[in-house]
Amino acid sequence: MAVQTTKQGRLNSAAELETLRQEIKSATGENPRLITICCGTGCLAYGGAKLAQAFRDEIETRGLQDKVGVKTTGCHGFCERGPLVVIRPENILYQRVKPEDVGDVISDTIEQGKVVERLLYTLPGTKERVTYEHDVPFYKKQMRLVFGANGYIDPTLIEDYIGVGGYTAMVKALFSMTPDEVVSEVKRSGLRGRGGGGFSAGAKWESTREAHGGLKYLICNCDEGDPGAFMDRSLMEGNPFGILEGMVIAAYAIGCHEGYIYIRHEYPVAVKHAEMAIAKAEAMGLLGDNILGSGFSFKIKINRGGGAFVCGESTALMASVEGRIGEPRAKYIHTSEKGLWDRPTVLNNVETLANVPLIINRGAQWYSSIGTANSKGTKIFSLVGKVNNTGLIEVPMGITLREIIYDIGGGILKNKKFKAVQTGGPSGGCLPAEMLDLAVDFDELSRAGSMMGSGAMIVMDEDNCMVDIARYFVSFLEGESCGKCVPCREGLKRMNQILERITNGNGRDGDIELLEDLSETLTWGALCGLGGGAANPVMSTIRYFRDEYEAHIKEKRCPAGVCKPLITYNIVEANCPGCNLCIKACPVNAITSPGKKMPVILDQSKCTKCGACYDVCRLNAVEVR
Amino acid sequence: MVKLTINGREFQAEPCDTVLTVATRGGINIPTLCHSESIHDYGACRVCLVEVERRGRKRLVTSCLYPVEEGLKVTTDSDKVKRVRSTVMELLIARCPESIDVKEMAKKLGVTESRFVAEDEKSSKDNCVLCGMCARVCSEVVGASAISLVNRGTEREVALPFYDDTGACIACGSCAYICPTGAITLVDTATKRIISWPKGTADFPLKACTSCGIHFAPVKQLEYMAATAHLSPSEFELCPDCRKME
Ligand code: SF4
Ligand code: SF4
Ligand code: SF4
Ligand code: SF4
Ligand code: FES
Ligand code: FES
Repeated sequence: MAVQTTKQGRLNSAAELETLRQEIKSATGENPRLITICCGTGCLAYGGAKLAQAFRDEIETRGLQDKVGVKTTGCHGFCERGPLVVIRPENILYQRVKPEDVGDVISDTIEQGKVVERLLYTLPGTKERVTYEHDVPFYKKQMRLVFGANGYIDPTLIEDYIGVGGYTAMVKALFSMTPDEVVSEVKRSGLRGRGGGGFSAGAKWESTREAHGGLKYLICNCDEGDPGAFMDRSLMEGNPFGILEGMVIAAYAIGCHEGYIYIRHEYPVAVKHAEMAIAKAEAMGLLGDNILGSGFSFKIKINRGGGAFVCGESTALMASVEGRIGEPRAKYIHTSEKGLWDRPTVLNNVETLANVPLIINRGAQWYSSIGTANSKGTKIFSLVGKVNNTGLIEVPMGITLREIIYDIGGGILKNKKFKAVQTGGPSGGCLPAEMLDLAVDFDELSRAGSMMGSGAMIVMDEDNCMVDIARYFVSFLEGESCGKCVPCREGLKRMNQILERITNGNGRDGDIELLEDLSETLTWGALCGLGGGAANPVMSTIRYFRDEYEAHIKEKRCPAGVCKPLITYNIVEANCPGCNLCIKACPVNAITSPGKKMPVILDQSKCTKCGACYDVCRLNAVEVR
Repeated sequence: MVKLTINGREFQAEPCDTVLTVATRGGINIPTLCHSESIHDYGACRVCLVEVERRGRKRLVTSCLYPVEEGLKVTTDSDKVKRVRSTVMELLIARCPESIDVKEMAKKLGVTESRFVAEDEKSSKDNCVLCGMCARVCSEVVGASAISLVNRGTEREVALPFYDDTGACIACGSCAYICPTGAITLVDTATKRIISWPKGTADFPLKACTSCGIHFAPVKQLEYMAATAHLSPSEFELCPDCRKME
């Protein structure tokens, strides 16, 4: 439903914005009947766009346009169950909805007020169905503040954003607060950078505000180089105006008039939405020259990044915006004083900026009441790996790992045993089961040898080999190193070699110590954060899973049964009635049958250790040793 | 002027001085591999690491880049500095097992073996430690930007554009001169200059003196000098010796 309003074009004052907001609200009503269809990147991949069209067509055919609206929204977080459809205002959640289901949803739910049972979420392991979004365990313990509007608004319509209270924070900042007051509000809120560093956002703003020089820059980082993390993408796709509002407030606070959104070009929808939002907001006087007649001007340009992991490093990112190779430099003079083109620059990540309107609207005191002593507010995590529910979650700081993994994540897949959770992306650490009750915040995570990072969380179970995991991350980082400094370029190469030989069964006495020495050299000696954090996966796995390293090195054994050169597949004769399933599964014919209904025979000399027999056997008759 | 201490000794310095400059002036030796007075510092080799303490927090920083500040406490030989520096040297030996310069430098720091050299790596293709001094001197001092560090990570190397485009090189030899490991070589024959970089080799004709006939300098270098100094090429017809006699 596109809202028809009297005011077209530029808004010249806060009052005009308010009038528009009232018009939008009265046009849609307080609690409009709405079918929201997720069209975030995840749900689009499952056919979200087609589904939305099917709903629109069906409503038109039945002539229900005046009774119910259809809205395509950004990501709701539970992408794994997509495409998601939520019927508002009741918030009935339908998952994995197909165009064939549209007829039933309209006739049953919209016309008769009945729930379509088969589309509801079913609790794993039971037959119990859950009707409402907020009752689904995945959402129950979440606190969706930054994500609040995702799922309610169409990200391409500025009217939607205004309708849910958009730009009230900007109006408050521009018209009733001084820049210093904004800085101090954000400082008092305790907001810390969500991109990795965890540096106080307010303090950053303050030092740039105080830095000499008239020309200052604000950069919003939406490059998201962490594999597995996609919260910035989801925010930019789902609520771009919210980020622009946060940027205007930040720019006003630090006294800057030019900003950039650095966004990776592999995010086409996010780029499109950002471009569209900038154009819309400028046309309406909510961005650009003389915003809402306040006298304050701020322009934003989009800069596309290549998604290099090292560009998470502020100096590398700035080099890239300047058009140079994304290579870090020593930060002994802070970028808040000498950043982009040597001007004072604030670099904030998308999620950080998305928090800003909330803080200004509801106040530092409210914001700092959420979270722990030194980590305030909520944090978005991308929960992936061996958990039942994967997706993007927003939780208050201080929630425990156990709550995240078991309550929200629904526990470990196939009821396997939890082994570790890796937090913070490739340069984070792996935390063991003893740490499940850790209250997740910046400081607790780094004390435990990991970090908040951008908020990736990878859950691992008993089938993961921790040495192999360390090797995986080290080789990823070796590939992402810019190659400028010796500890990182040469050190990661050697680390990878050592880990490779351990997982190949050629580990030597003293290899653990060698890894520890290299870790120290990387941590203290590398030029930038990529090298500086690169040893975390190694150090944390040595710290918590040293026995696995020792089993590989001393006993030439991989306890998790992952490292191929160290394992053999064996038939447990007592369990094998000779169903012969594995014979078909084996790609190299290493398994043969000695006769009907007899345990099969596995020829070790032919076996390539692909594990196909293990996967196919239903009777636990194939064992890994 | 700011006051700081290095290894317990008090120093006074200009705020723009680096720790390395102040230490060197005071006779405290800090090893370096990618530093030279004539080019900008870059912080790549990490050999010049020192420990600094500021507001009770200790960390290692590269002394070639770290600006001094009031009350800074610097230690150039703490255990941690020595350990990290030795490991860096071991990594460099493993990279260039044949480089005499690297070995000598390591020896001075008490490192004779590298625990990282793999059996099949005992001989290496080149002695380049990727300090980047050649590329910096070529762009910052010569102004030619004829070579650069290309590729990322372990693939990084010093190369001409597209590995063989010598178009911008004026054959001045500054890169060979500054290279700390002899990874760039320069040979003058009777009529030409041959420069070999870790990737790529090129010949450059030398100019013959119109008076004595001796080949005295690369043609391209003379053209470049004439162009940058706005002089007529005829000014560079004579070799330095004949010119003196004129
Ligand atoms: S630590 Fe790694 S990524 Fe960072 S500057 Fe050094 S080589 Fe480049
Ligand atoms: S699949 Fe399992 S039970 Fe069946 S023949 Fe193979 S080992 Fe035996
Ligand atoms: S010889 Fe060529 S590459 Fe070397 S410094 Fe001179 S111009 Fe640059
Ligand atoms: S060639 Fe020489 S100067 Fe150039 S990077 Fe390699 S070691 Fe340094
Ligand atoms: S894209 Fe639909 S829930 Fe994430
Ligand atoms: S001399 Fe300072 S980093 Fe190389």
